[in-house]
Amino acid sequence: MTRYAMTMDTRRCVGCNACVYACKQENDLPVGGFRDWITTTTRGVFPDLSSEIRSERCNHCDNAPCVYACPTGASHFNEGGVVLVNHDKCTGCKACIAACPYDARYVHPDGFVDKCTFCLHRSSKGLDPACVSICPTESLAFGDLSDKRSVVRRLLDARNHKTLRPETGAGPNVYFLT
Amino acid sequence: MSLSRREFIKIGAGATAAVGLGSGLVTQWWGLDNNPIPNPNTEGDRIVPTFCELCFWKCGVLAHVKKGPDGQERVVKITGNPDHPLSRGKLCPRGTGGTGLLYDPDRLKQPLVRTKSKRGEDIFEAVSWETALDEVAAKLMKVKEEHGPEALALFSHGFGGSWFKHLLKAMGSKNIAAPSYAQCRGPREVGYWLTFGSGIGSPEAVDAEHARCIVLMGSHLGENMHNTHVQDFSRAIDRGADIIVVDPRYSTAASKARHWLPIKPGTDIALLLAWMHVIITEKRYDADYIQKHAIGFDELKKHVEAKTPEWAYPITGIRPEKIRETARLMAGAAPATLIHPGRRSTWYGDDTQRERGKAILAALLGSWGREGGYLIPSKMSVQPYPDQPYAQTPKAALDRVKEGLYPLADETLASGLCDISVPGEAAMNLKGWIVYGTNLIQSLPDYRKTVKAIQALDFIVTVDVLPAEICGWSDVVLPESTYLERTDDLWNPGYREPFVAMRQQAVEPLYQSKPGWWMAKELANRMGLAAYFPWKDSLEYVRERATRSGLDFDTLQAKGVVKGAVVPTTEEQGLTLSFDTESGKIELYNQTLKNLGFDPIPDYYPVEEPPAGSFRLITGRAPMHTFGRTTNNRFLSECYDENEVWVNADVAKGLGFKNGDRVILVNQDEVRSEPISLRATQRVRGDAVYIVHGYGHTAEGLKFAYKRGASDSLLTTNYKVDPIMGGTGMNVNFVRIEGVA
Repeated sequence: MTRYAMTMDTRRCVGCNACVYACKQENDLPVGGFRDWITTTTRGVFPDLSSEIRSERCNHCDNAPCVYACPTGASHFNEGGVVLVNHDKCTGCKACIAACPYDARYVHPDGFVDKCTFCLHRSSKGLDPACVSICPTESLAFGDLSDKRSVVRRLLDARNHKTLRPETGAGPNVYFLT
Repeated sequence: MSLSRREFIKIGAGATAAVGLGSGLVTQWWGLDNNPIPNPNTEGDRIVPTFCELCFWKCGVLAHVKKGPDGQERVVKITGNPDHPLSRGKLCPRGTGGTGLLYDPDRLKQPLVRTKSKRGEDIFEAVSWETALDEVAAKLMKVKEEHGPEALALFSHGFGGSWFKHLLKAMGSKNIAAPSYAQCRGPREVGYWLTFGSGIGSPEAVDAEHARCIVLMGSHLGENMHNTHVQDFSRAIDRGADIIVVDPRYSTAASKARHWLPIKPGTDIALLLAWMHVIITEKRYDADYIQKHAIGFDELKKHVEAKTPEWAYPITGIRPEKIRETARLMAGAAPATLIHPGRRSTWYGDDTQRERGKAILAALLGSWGREGGYLIPSKMSVQPYPDQPYAQTPKAALDRVKEGLYPLADETLASGLCDISVPGEAAMNLKGWIVYGTNLIQSLPDYRKTVKAIQALDFIVTVDVLPAEICGWSDVVLPESTYLERTDDLWNPGYREPFVAMRQQAVEPLYQSKPGWWMAKELANRMGLAAYFPWKDSLEYVRERATRSGLDFDTLQAKGVVKGAVVPTTEEQGLTLSFDTESGKIELYNQTLKNLGFDPIPDYYPVEEPPAGSFRLITGRAPMHTFGRTTNNRFLSECYDENEVWVNADVAKGLGFKNGDRVILVNQDEVRSEPISLRATQRVRGDAVYIVHGYGHTAEGLKFAYKRGASDSLLTTNYKVDPIMGGTGMNVNFVRIEGVA
């Protein structure tokens, strides 16, 4: 069964935010609304330092806590396991925001909760999500984990990787190549 | 069903759903099987390929245009053009953010003329285009008649400036300059030209993608987002290239590096000499390449004999074993070692020599004209049009206050045109300025001098998109359409593969703004120069140029780009190297420099140190901004809307500051910045502080950027001029940090 996933190469990413802006424009997001974002963590003391830069977003979890927390069924699993919010069903109660281990959701000014869709309107047609498509460092890749030949499957087979907060048991599907 | 979604939900799912069960309408609404895939519909009704103007890399973009409910067409999305060799379908944040410029509410909306106010008061009267153009034409003609055409100057930065360059040449003046030379990449151009007989140019044709080792000296790729270079840099990282970063600050690039060398600012030449010492004494240079292509090796060998890593250590702060290790690393990967040329090289006034040092190091590694090093690009030829020759063009630009100054400058100095406009500094002063797309108050060092020059002019007109500071100092302000609203000239850069790109209009100009070609043509008509603008509009002009050049204009319009035949760019690909120097060889030792009284091989001289309690101010870029040009762009500011000052965490603690404190920077001339946040970080040396360039606008018309962040430009009241080519070294300002009460 199709299982959409994303890989994010922390070695290649320069944290330029191109993914963030492309997402905002592709999805016509409101001012102050973000479906993806950059985090940079630096460790060490001058001059012995190391940094990790990540482009983060909804993890489209296998056991998405947001879906189970949603009282109206607005948060749901869609094609390829992608977690979506049906804006028409959402009351803006924020139960999902409290449940999400990744702080991936925000309240849209129109009253519903919004978050990354893996650009399902594109990916369901075989196109990459906007963030993947724009990325000048090619840090982002998207594909079907169940397909052995997919770029994400091949990267995960070949490279060291991690997910964020695996201990929550949510089963995230955004993988960080390290 | 008249209930809105929210009212419906308020009533309560239980009751309503029970009543409506089986009604069809409600099951359709609530049905778990009916969760449609949401589509934001931003693909647009049509897609216009053009190229970007948010920075000067000029990536190919696709403007997605969509008709709104009001019938107006809008650019709803900008994506990378996959056919364009510089973007390859990818964009940096600024490329996407072109919409933030197009729909900036603060845009100049109509022509403005200063009538009752004094110059600099920023008070204008809105007038018709007729009135504005009549005024500009009359004033320019008056300067020309009273002082000669050579008293006119054009400052131009941006691709649309071509029309005004043509206009000025038609008027008989050669005084055309961009701050991108003497304030930016100029020393690099001259340093490489003196060594290899060719500058680097823009876009810099280097082969980072195939480099096995990349050395960045002060260049912060990843924060500086020149798209193709960042793409290549990332590919090199993916291929396992070793990155060496020389920077007082732990930049994004440094975080990707195997070796970060946090050098003491101003000592780069000492490090370069020590690297050469190691590579030469350990016989790690490309002996065949040097033998075949270079002259002056024996002199160089002697020159660096005593420049040991131990000698460089107390100067640079880089440990000798680190200098040796990095030298061996780059030699081991040679010739696929890229000593990256960087871009802004105006640091300390000795910059041509430092850039020459980089070029000499690259020569020792044999990487000029080699895969993984520097490419030798070729251009597609584009025929000129119209054929009207320029009349009475003087031999040279008037950009030196004295003869013999800056003898090796190979472009006109913007700072020089400014200097020569200040009364008393030269035998003849410039009297009229046309300023196109460059905010001289921020782009030239020491704004006090710039203002002095402006106040002495007979006339100054500015063509811009936004009401930047320079507009406030002008007599007439002409509102230009943004790049998305106009068709400009063709562009044929030299890069990995030759191509010609076209900028074409995506939407109708907003407000009363007009494209530059129209303004230049209208002015020409009024000044009796109509013969220089024989075409109806810019589309007709580019079609004629393309046709004359044998380019397929239909493809150019449809794809935004036409590519030429791929030609060899490296020796490996079959290119025969040649060098346009005096000797016809790579000049490790340069006789021209010697004859002019300069060092024929770079040498290290100490730069002035910050006084106790002060820090050297160093500047750089944020990936979503291009100087002060984009800091008013509300879309791009969503992720970074104000600069902060990076201060070494231990130093900050010693001064009693903590992360996030609001502080003011005060420079050596007691110029004070706007308050900004202090970022206490381990990522910078203790003797320097860092801010992102372009903030702290003082123009009230830039309503978003006004007084937001600290302006490094205002703090740059000191600069040191490179005696070789006139570049203005600007990393020579020192600031102390004061808390905000």
